Amino acid sequence: MYFYDEIDQRIVDERVAQFRDQTRRYLAGTLSEEDFRPHRLQNGLYIQRHAPMLRVAIPYGVLSSRQLRMLAQIARRYDRGFGHFTTRQNIQFNWPKLEDVPDILADLATVQMHAIQTSGNCIRNTTTDHFAGVAGDEQIDPRPYCELIRQWSTFHPEFAFLPRKFKIAVNGATHDRAATRVHDIGLDLVRDAQGAIGYRVLVGGGLGRTPLIGHVIREFLPEQHLLSYLDAVLRVYNRFGRRDNKYKARIKILVKELTPAKFRAAVEEEWAHLIDGPATLVPEELARIRSRIAVHDYQPSALTLADAAAQRSDDAAFLRWLQRNVIAHKVSGYACVTLSLKSTGVAPGDLGDSGLDAVAELADRYGFGELRVSHEQNLILPDVPVQHLGAVHTAAQALGLAQPNIGLITNIIACPGGDYCSLANARSIPVAQALQERFDNLDYQYDIGELDLNISGCMNACGHHHVGHIGILGVDKHGEEFYQVTIGGAQSATAALGRVIGPSLRQDEVPDAVERMIQRYLSLRDSEVERFVDVVQRLGIEPFKESVYGLKAHSESPAV
Amino acid sequence: MASRLIQNRQLSEDTWQVATDPTQAPAGANLLISLADWLAQPQAWLDHAGRAGVALQPTDDPVGLQPWLAQLALITVNFPAFTDGRGYSIARLLRERHGYAGQLRAVGDVFKDQLFYLSRVGFDAFLLREGEDAQDAISALDTFTEAYQVSVDRPEPLFRRRLG
Repeated sequence: MYFYDEIDQRIVDERVAQFRDQTRRYLAGTLSEEDFRPHRLQNGLYIQRHAPMLRVAIPYGVLSSRQLRMLAQIARRYDRGFGHFTTRQNIQFNWPKLEDVPDILADLATVQMHAIQTSGNCIRNTTTDHFAGVAGDEQIDPRPYCELIRQWSTFHPEFAFLPRKFKIAVNGATHDRAATRVHDIGLDLVRDAQGAIGYRVLVGGGLGRTPLIGHVIREFLPEQHLLSYLDAVLRVYNRFGRRDNKYKARIKILVKELTPAKFRAAVEEEWAHLIDGPATLVPEELARIRSRIAVHDYQPSALTLADAAAQRSDDAAFLRWLQRNVIAHKVSGYACVTLSLKSTGVAPGDLGDSGLDAVAELADRYGFGELRVSHEQNLILPDVPVQHLGAVHTAAQALGLAQPNIGLITNIIACPGGDYCSLANARSIPVAQALQERFDNLDYQYDIGELDLNISGCMNACGHHHVGHIGILGVDKHGEEFYQVTIGGAQSATAALGRVIGPSLRQDEVPDAVERMIQRYLSLRDSEVERFVDVVQRLGIEPFKESVYGLKAHSESPAV
Repeated sequence: MASRLIQNRQLSEDTWQVATDPTQAPAGANLLISLADWLAQPQAWLDHAGRAGVALQPTDDPVGLQPWLAQLALITVNFPAFTDGRGYSIARLLRERHGYAGQLRAVGDVFKDQLFYLSRVGFDAFLLREGEDAQDAISALDTFTEAYQVSVDRPEPLFRRRLG
């Protein structure tokens, strides 16, 4: 993680004081709910079904064991003893009291954390590869660029009241784990022919009500121009993005209505005034940020994951876990371990306070006290020495965090849904739990192979249902919860949006429908390496539609 | 009624009046004119007014005022709702790109919690909406003692100032 200097700390402390004043005025009745609302949202505070919900920022998904312990303490002291990790690599608390929130923010500030711009119509937490800095396939470490964007976007005075929320993702690896194609701005770190670093800039992707894949508006933006170019994109959006209809207010609609070519021309014209101005990066700043991002004292060894497997060749549970939840580190002798927060019976992404403390302990004992949050809502120990993988597995099993299901059907991404969220049309958690129970058998999961199953409780798509191989969307039909099923979505470089298979289903019909599609897939695949999503791409949605609705039924009623 | 205009961090009397027709407006007064009325007969306004100001809406393009910026003593930018952030871009364009040096006043749905951002993008006067505590609002100009970005009040970003 990036360690604050005195100025970074002061800015966060001053934010706490500002929010304390806003809360006081709200509670005293001198700041109306209407006027308080956008301000509390820009501090991550929603008013939900049961209580306020506080979303705490975990910038680009990197945090320290000390910060995790503070999150555990907050869960204990101010909440009901648990937190929920989100698809934007943040954490949410579902039961804080409004009047406690200034104190929670003050506690967070003591460990260099905050809730700044985790909601509202502003620039949100920048996300990246959850294996940033450690991934074997990384070309350029995205963290310094994410930190530059974090600082630039924090209280940017011009862009605090945008037409709608704004999300930026950065990827620096061969395999895109940051989903840059479905963000308002996606930045792929690349090198030009001379080896100089720059960015491929995509604009106008996104999920939600109108899912779209982003357009490349610049193939190569030289490194030093990052912030002036972002200023140009945001200024065009701030001035010309639609404000008459919140459903048409995201930048993707502006790009679409103008056409990507005209949008690009408007950005370039704006940028022509800003290029080489004071926002131009200086090498000293990148060096300063790199020096404040902990560089760990790795002790490389020749041990590989194959050695770890050979040492425990009779431990089937360990081998499965090694295969699914462990990947090679870029430093020889180390591994990255994913702790699964997707056990049957637990809401996806939830972890209790004692679990948070225990994971912090693991990060200290088997790493450098650093952790990652993945957008798949799991926690990652990024720097585990290979010789300790057995001990980590044993410890993770004891904590219920060793489900060897990363990349499999039960590693479900799900938003909190109607159990908590006031925007939701339907509940997500019971659907996720029913599916986890249905596919609880590990042999069955392994037989099915790689499958991303994503659930959103409404079309805001926090559960990224459009890019799930199987996506499930909660919809409201005359006050009743129904679920629309899409298939064929994909994240990463081959990003694709799923297609609706037919009329939406009742909650109790969902597990059967998914199982029928899985059975159809198993009968249709040409080999074990052909994944569910590959078969959908090869044969289309018809065979799956038929498996769910029968031969006739699907043609009789239109999709919702 | 108590003054709601903050200029130079102080409560001040508003000496400006809205005018729509140069032949009807009092000669020699400080006249505030809509962009459309201004563009229709700029010279007539300049001849008639003591000092001239233009009132911009969030949809107005400030580039149209460029030929007269040196002759204008006031530009107001309206915030129909505080959540409408277009006026922030208009302010930076006027100050940074077009070199406007007169008073830049935020009007409309303006209150304490916007003052810090507004001051950073170049507003130096704020007409608070009714019912606001002006002294309390003035204190918000000091909410933050540092900021990361390039802005009108700090033309160098923090990362350049950190070098010094």
